[in-house]
Amino acid sequence: MRDVAIASFAQTKYVRNQVELTEVDMIIPVIGDAISRSGIPKSEIGFYCHGSSDYMAGQSFAFVGAVDALGAFPPIAESHVEMDGAWALYEAWVKIQCGEVDSALVFGFGRASMGKLRETMNLQLDPYTLGPLGIDSISLAALQARALIDAGKTSERQMAEIAIRNRRVAKDNPNAQVTGDFEVEKLLAEPTIVSPLRKHDCPPISDGISAVVLAAGNHIGRGESKPVFIRGIDHRLDSHQLGGRDLTRSPSTKLAGERAGVHDGPVEFAELHAPFSHQEVILREALGLGDEVVINPSGGALAANPMMTAGLTRIGEAATHIAAGKAGRGVAHATSGPCLQQNLICVLEGE
Amino acid sequence: MPERCAVIGVGQTHHTAKRIDVSQAGLLREAALRALEDAGCQWSDIDAVVIGKAPDMFEGVMMPELFLAEALGCVGKPMFRVHTAGSVGGTTAIVASQLVKSGVHGRVLTVAYEKQSESNAMWALSIKIPFRQAIVAGAGGYFAPLIRGYMQRSKAPEDVGIRVALKDRQNALKNPYAHLKFPDIDFDQVANSPMLWDPIRYLETCPSSDGACALVIADEKHAAKAPKQPAWIQATAMRSEPTQFAGRDTVNPQASRDAADELWKKAEITNPREEIDCCEIYVPFSWFEPMWMESLRFAEEGSGWKMTYEGATALDGDLPVNMSGGVLSSNPIGASGMLRFAEAANQVRGEAGEHQVPGAKRALGHAYGGGSQFFSMWVVAQDPL
Repeated sequence: MRDVAIASFAQTKYVRNQVELTEVDMIIPVIGDAISRSGIPKSEIGFYCHGSSDYMAGQSFAFVGAVDALGAFPPIAESHVEMDGAWALYEAWVKIQCGEVDSALVFGFGRASMGKLRETMNLQLDPYTLGPLGIDSISLAALQARALIDAGKTSERQMAEIAIRNRRVAKDNPNAQVTGDFEVEKLLAEPTIVSPLRKHDCPPISDGISAVVLAAGNHIGRGESKPVFIRGIDHRLDSHQLGGRDLTRSPSTKLAGERAGVHDGPVEFAELHAPFSHQEVILREALGLGDEVVINPSGGALAANPMMTAGLTRIGEAATHIAAGKAGRGVAHATSGPCLQQNLICVLEGE
Repeated sequence: MPERCAVIGVGQTHHTAKRIDVSQAGLLREAALRALEDAGCQWSDIDAVVIGKAPDMFEGVMMPELFLAEALGCVGKPMFRVHTAGSVGGTTAIVASQLVKSGVHGRVLTVAYEKQSESNAMWALSIKIPFRQAIVAGAGGYFAPLIRGYMQRSKAPEDVGIRVALKDRQNALKNPYAHLKFPDIDFDQVANSPMLWDPIRYLETCPSSDGACALVIADEKHAAKAPKQPAWIQATAMRSEPTQFAGRDTVNPQASRDAADELWKKAEITNPREEIDCCEIYVPFSWFEPMWMESLRFAEEGSGWKMTYEGATALDGDLPVNMSGGVLSSNPIGASGMLRFAEAANQVRGEAGEHQVPGAKRALGHAYGGGSQFFSMWVVAQDPL
C-alpha cells in the first residue's frame, strides 16, 4: 500500500441554522482553504470526491450544485457518495492506492436545518417494516441507551458526565457549536426527551462543511502543517434490523478496528463519532480503548454534528491534533445508519 | 503495482414498468444471485459490496443501501454507496473495479438499481427549492434543445433519430431482459408516434423501468478460476463539469471529450473506430447516438449521423452500437449505466446471446448523467492490457 497523508483540513464554524449562505457559498471558502493550506496547486489535484445526502437539501441531485463550487472547468475527475464525507475520503484513498493520482480533495456537507431532522431520519429506515412504525433518530438512540443501561454498561449519570466532558473540552474548539461548563446534578434534573435521553445526551442540529486534502508520493510535505499518515483504514456494517443485533455492542466497529490495526501501536487518543452520549461507551468497548486514551479532544459530535460530514470532521480533527504535536498516534471513527449500523475506522500517525 | 481486474460475473433482472411482486431488496437479489451464479461464486466469496443508484427520492428512502445491506450479504463486510446522477451505474462499476485494482479486495460484488414504481421520478425531479432555479421537469425538456443544437451544427437529416430508435428497438427484440419490445416495429411507427419534446418523439424516448444489474469483479488470481471467459478491464475514465457556465458546449461537452481521450490513451487505442469491436453507450433519446459517436472520437465532428445512416452502428455494421436495445428499451435509471458496462463485458465474454457481435474482442461501455456533465466509461477486452 502507498503512504497516504492528510495534507490539510478545513471546516466551517458549525451553527444551528445557516440562513445567509447557499451550500455553494458555504463550500467555496472551505475547499479553497483546504487546497491552499495543502500547498498543492488546484491544477495538480487529481481527484475530487464528496459526501452528502439529497434528503438534507430536500432536493434530488443536490450534490450537483457542489460541482459548481469546485470550479470544475476544465473538467475534473470527480465522484460522489451518498454517505458521510469519511467514506468519500475512503474512495479517494482507494483511488490513490490504484496509482492513478497523487492527491485528492475530499469534503462533506449537510444542512440539517433545512427540514425536521428527526422526521427526515425516519426515511432512512427499512420502508416496509421499520419506517412505518414512526420511530425517529432520537427514539432509536433511546432504545439503544435503554438496552445499554439495562445491561449494566452505563448509567444516566455516566451519560451526563460524557456530555459534560465533551462540551467542556469543546470550549477550546473555535468551530464547536455547543460548549461550556455544566453540572451533572442540574443536567440529571432536566426532563427526558425520549427516556432515558435528555437534551444533553443528544447532538445539536448543525449546519456546516469540512474538507480534507489527501496526498501521496511527491505531493506529501508541501503543506503548512506536518503530514499525518493514514496507517490503516477499514469500514464494516451491521444488520439494519434492530432485532437482528445486540444494540449494546458494535461488532462492525470492532472488526473495522482490527482490520485497520488500531492496536498495532499505542493509541493516545480517539475522535469518536458518537452523536449520542451512550454511544461513546459502546465504541470505547468495541475498540478496546482503556481509561488512558483521551477521547474527543475536539469535543466530538456532541459539540457539533454536521450531518454527512461529522465523520470526516473526526478524521480532520484527529489529523490536526497530531500535526500540532499534541499526540503521535490516534484513531478516528465515523458512523452512519440507525444505532451505529455502519462504522469506519482510520488510524493516523505523525512522521 | 496495481492489480489487473476483470468482470467474471454478470446478472440483471427482467426490466419492466412495475415489479410489484418484489421489494427493493428482492429486486437487487435477483440481479446479484444471477451475477454470483455466472461467476461461480457464493455470497461468502465476496469481500465487499458497492451499491449505486440515482436520487434517493426516486424510491422515497434516504440512503436505502443501509436497509438493503442484509439482502446483499453485507453484514460484517464493507458496503459502499455511490451516487453520481445518470452516470451512476457506470461510476459504481468503476469504484468497484478500483477496490480490486488497488489490491484492497479480491472479489467485489457491485449492484445498481432503480425501482421507480415505488415513487415518482418526475415528481422527484420537480421539487422547487426557494430562491433556486428549478430543474426542468423531466429530462426530455432539458435535452431537446441540445439535440436541436446538434441538428443545426451537423445539418443532419431530420430522420436520423427515427433510424436510431428503430435500430435499438429491433435489437431489443433479441434481448430477453429488455423492457420495451415492439415486435412489428417499423420506421413509420416511430415517425408517427406523438411528438413529446420537439424533436423527440415518444418512440425515440427511454421508458421508466424497475430493474437491477450486478457484476462480480475479481483480481487476476480469482479471474483465473472463473468458470467463464473474464472481461478484462483495460481502462476506465470519469469526468465532470458544471451544469452551466458561459461558453459551455452543451452539445459536445469537454468533459465527454476529455474522458474519451483519457480512456483511449489508457487503453493504448489510437483509432477507436478500428480497435473497438462494439459499443454500448448511454442513449436515453435517440439523437444522442450520433452526438456521442462524435464526442467519443468514432466520427469526425458533424458526421456522426452518417454512421447511423449508413448502418455502421447496426448489429451487423462495422461498429455495432447498443446491441442490447440500449437505454431506449430499458431504463432503470440507477442501473442504466451499469447495464451498458455489463453489456460491453458480456460481448467480449461471448455471453451476449442472440445480440452477440461475432468475434467481439474489445468493447466500450459508456454512461452520462446530469445535464450532459457527468461521464464514466470503460474498455473491456478478452485479454488484459
